[in-house]
Amino acid sequence: MSRLHFLTPVSSAPVARERLQNLVEHDRRLVNHADLVTVLREEIYALIGRHAAIDPGKVQVMVVRGTATSTLAVDIEVPNRARAPATSRRLHEGEGKAALSYR
Amino acid sequence: MGKVIVVTSGKGGVGKTTSTAALGAALARGGQKVVVVDFDVGLRNLDLVMGAERRVVFDLINVVQGTAKLAQALVRDKRLETLYLLPASQTRDKDALTEDGVATVIAELREKFDWVICDSPAGIERGATLAMRFADEAVIVANPEISSVRDSSRMIGLVDTKPLKAEAGGRLEKHLLITRFDPARVARGEMLGIGDVLEILSLPLLGIIPESEEVLRASNLGAPITVCGRDSAPSRAYFDAARRLGGETVAMTIPSDSKGLLTRLLGRRAA
Repeated sequence: MSRLHFLTPVSSAPVARERLQNLVEHDRRLVNHADLVTVLREEIYALIGRHAAIDPGKVQVMVVRGTATSTLAVDIEVPNRARAPATSRRLHEGEGKAALSYR
Repeated sequence: MGKVIVVTSGKGGVGKTTSTAALGAALARGGQKVVVVDFDVGLRNLDLVMGAERRVVFDLINVVQGTAKLAQALVRDKRLETLYLLPASQTRDKDALTEDGVATVIAELREKFDWVICDSPAGIERGATLAMRFADEAVIVANPEISSVRDSSRMIGLVDTKPLKAEAGGRLEKHLLITRFDPARVARGEMLGIGDVLEILSLPLLGIIPESEEVLRASNLGAPITVCGRDSAPSRAYFDAARRLGGETVAMTIPSDSKGLLTRLLGRRAA
């Protein structure tokens, strides 16, 4: 069999195909993550903004990628003088970092 | 109202400009009014491939900025009277293109022509996104090679989100054009096959352009391959692709290996 080796060209296309499949899947996930962060930031800003006057630049959403799971960190600065007092009190209690795990 | 097509790929050197010229000329041969627009500001080449480099006076930037009228900047093809070129500027940089300016130019072209084919620069920066901004359909050019296919996959994502039509909730029709396809290498297991590329990108196939010496010969001569190498395999493949772009159903043939029995036997062994 090994003597016939020169007759059998090295078939590299299947390797390319497999590498590509993994790569493209990975790329798509990355892009989706980037989109997720943008969408979440906008929606969180819209939601909190309905109850408190917050600065859109002070809404930070981050995905910290781990091996098995990723951590979503949301950091919102809420001014002490909020529009609706009832809401602001609740917000103050949870002010700082709200972290939740997903996937 | 004409149709606006963007020819894009992400990766450079896969054949966007060659394909823009070839498809444009093929459509114009059928009597339709076609304009090919070079969006590669600073690195224009469509004029060279079309053999019109010595007749460029004004360019896209001049029209966008209002220093020239559209009619002054359009260069008519020497051989096909319904084919026109709107060249890019060679001296300015891409920041000279404004979205509003491009919108006005494209709207005017859309009224005058049946087909407006925009040759996108490589990359995913401003020039590329502006080229696809006002498109109705996209032709994604890919070589059966890993970096090209990967970039095409990324481009599909941009084509789905960046154009105005997509932002308005619509969906651009996308076509995959595989260029520089070498059947002999595929048979030997050295190149990704059509099926592999389609499986990864899952786009409808517009055409398969075989690798051929004729393509370089045509660009050396400054004529689209569909003008000067009309009987060659790549030219025929581009004519078929142009008909499909026009909505016709044309049977797709995967170019076969013409090297003969021995190569085919070896190829089969490799597979």
